Amino acid sequence: MAGVAELLDGKRVCICAGSGGVGKTTSSAAIAAGMAARGKKVAVLTIDPAKRLADSLGLPELGNEERRVDPALFAQAGIETNGGELWAMMLDAKATFDELVRRHAYQQLSAALAGSQEYMAMEKLFELHAEARYDLLVLDTPPTRNALEFLEAPRRLMQFIEGRALQVFMKPTGLGMKVFGRGTSMVFSVLRRITGVEVLEDLSEFFQAFSGMLGGFRERAKRVNELLANPETCFLVVCGPQGEPVTEAVYFHRKLVEAKLPFGGVIVNKVHYESELPDYGEGFAAELAEALGDDDLARRVLMNFDDYRALAARDRRNIKRLTAEMRARAVIQVPYLDTDVHDLSGLMQINEYLFAAGAKERTAIAAG
Amino acid sequence: MYVPAVSELLDKRLVIVTGKGGVGKSTVALALGLAAAAEGRRTIVCEVSSQEHTSHVFHRARVGFHEVEMADNLWAMFRSRIFSYLTAATPGLRELVTIGKMWEVAQPDRKVKKGRKYDLVIVDAPATGAGVGFLQTPRTFANIARVGPIKAQAEALEAFIVNHRKTGAAIVALPEEMPVNETVALERQLTEEVDVAVDRVYMNALYPERFSKPDVERLESACGKTNGPLRAAYRAALSESRRAAAQREQLARLAELVRAPVRTLPFVFVPQLGVEEIRELAKGMH
Ligand SMILES: Nc1ncnc2c1ncn2[C@@H]1O[C@H](COP(=O)(O)OP(=O)(O)O)[C@@H](O)[C@H]1O
Ligand SMILES: Nc1ncnc2c1ncn2[C@@H]1O[C@H](COP(=O)(O)OP(=O)(O)O)[C@@H](O)[C@H]1O
Ligand SMILES: [Mg+2]
Ligand SMILES: [Mg+2]
Repeated sequence: MAGVAELLDGKRVCICAGSGGVGKTTSSAAIAAGMAARGKKVAVLTIDPAKRLADSLGLPELGNEERRVDPALFAQAGIETNGGELWAMMLDAKATFDELVRRHAYQQLSAALAGSQEYMAMEKLFELHAEARYDLLVLDTPPTRNALEFLEAPRRLMQFIEGRALQVFMKPTGLGMKVFGRGTSMVFSVLRRITGVEVLEDLSEFFQAFSGMLGGFRERAKRVNELLANPETCFLVVCGPQGEPVTEAVYFHRKLVEAKLPFGGVIVNKVHYESELPDYGEGFAAELAEALGDDDLARRVLMNFDDYRALAARDRRNIKRLTAEMRARAVIQVPYLDTDVHDLSGLMQINEYLFAAGAKERTAIAAG
Repeated sequence: MYVPAVSELLDKRLVIVTGKGGVGKSTVALALGLAAAAEGRRTIVCEVSSQEHTSHVFHRARVGFHEVEMADNLWAMFRSRIFSYLTAATPGLRELVTIGKMWEVAQPDRKVKKGRKYDLVIVDAPATGAGVGFLQTPRTFANIARVGPIKAQAEALEAFIVNHRKTGAAIVALPEEMPVNETVALERQLTEEVDVAVDRVYMNALYPERFSKPDVERLESACGKTNGPLRAAYRAALSESRRAAAQREQLARLAELVRAPVRTLPFVFVPQLGVEEIRELAKGMH
């Protein structure tokens, strides 16, 4: 099973998708740094880096301009870049979108407009891609409720602008009925009971006013979609090893394949490596007590070890399920490190795993 | 500062459990539900996000937009998928209708025919990736629609949310840098922008502190001298003590930076949390 360098061979865009907190920002930054260290000119578009990480890379504030990460940082960390460059940008998507909407009367809506942040991130990606100043763009995605929301952002925005959503509401006997079947009447009665029938008319006016105002948006949204489907684009799904995140990764993979979007592989982050937590035989408790010369400490060490082994067993089971679902696709496991990742050397530690040639090599690295 | 006991938090009619994705909102919502039900309150936990965590924990079939009894005094309510799909296409509408439904469920005289009456409604709110938009929807709609029933309805919902006597919020956090920052920002937004009462912050999944400093020193020196399972066991102990210490720093930051009382919930070392584990957590909700 390949590492990230092989997955990104010939790619111009890498999109790290996944739900919040799993390590998307860390993975994006690590991938970008790793590719820069392989001689590429790389820009990473990130949304919400931890402050310490941003500070340590010299990215003190949000802004919609990319900045070069000081090459001296690579030198200090003992990394040879072979002419590569790392650029980074902390996207202030909310501000960009608000700016766009502010010129119009419907400012309140921008908060309610689901997917606006996601959409702006993609807009920026599109812009940078069109300028072709980089060998590779790595996009960290916003902390969405679920990974799919990100993917649906352009379509949703288009739907919104075209007022298609509204048409469904307006014609309960037409398209809406065909698509949604019997459930529609129930939903309509709920809507009616709670908000009153007039809600539809209120909204209708509102949508009509909105739909005219973003003329060029539709065309742009279409081109953004084309970029996502481009064979030079690569989606990497980042997830945790717990039950639900793995399930979500499987689901996301399926959706990507269905939508004919270029899927590269899955990064499972924060894994309790089993090689670090081997089986032990009978008499281990006694052995521990003897080695430590302290029964109480030995008991606590054992309890802790068993707890970790339970998590390692869970991780192994989930990764096995994930691997089976992915068939031949790459599943890259990154261990749960003892500390947060907040600087370039931390990212490089992650990269040992991300860029390792295969699962065996990763296990060997974990075993130290 | 006056700190209401958890039973007072549960005296409210509506408790909104909020926080970033994956921090443990559904777990905490369910634990609060179990705690309230154990005190004899007729309680309903309403899952607003689409994952249907509650039915999963209780091994029930996935359910639609109805109320299902999960345990003594404890019901759960989910939205149907069709509902999500239909309203997802219209920004804000999903949230508005959802809040409307929560409000309806919390009414002493329910609008729904033969509607069951509850003492307490616990809302497992959607992740706050995009801020507090969910709770602000009524206000947004009230502003957009200048007249008519949508305005009246939105205003009624808004009034209910900001009623500190009846409605409260509990934020769930994790002992990591970003989640702590986000919790602090979220509390501020909830208090200042939405004007909902934030009654609790739960710091979830806190590692135990099993090893003292001298323990750590002994383990460090022992670690270099051995191999195999012994070394692995020492390394696991050292990892845990490092993480537990880093988590305590974040806990201290949180306690300093938020106004609401902070309560901690332990990390439970099992492959998958089940009802029993969540019942256990429920005992420590105070
Ligand atoms: N493999 C890892 N081991 C330990 N900590 C990690 C690892 N990956 C990420 N982290 C930490 O987890 C937190 C969340 O990571 P982040 O990349 O910001 O997640 P996301 O962008 O998906 O929300 C950060 O504090 C980060 O330093
Ligand atoms: N205190 C805890 N100890 C161990 N695991 C936990 C704890 N709280 C939550 N979890 C687990 O973490 C995951 C996310 O929790 P969940 O309640 O679903 O979060 P959310 O609703 O915020 O997305 C679930 O797998 C859950 O079982
Ligand atoms: Mg992030
Ligand atoms: Mg949940």
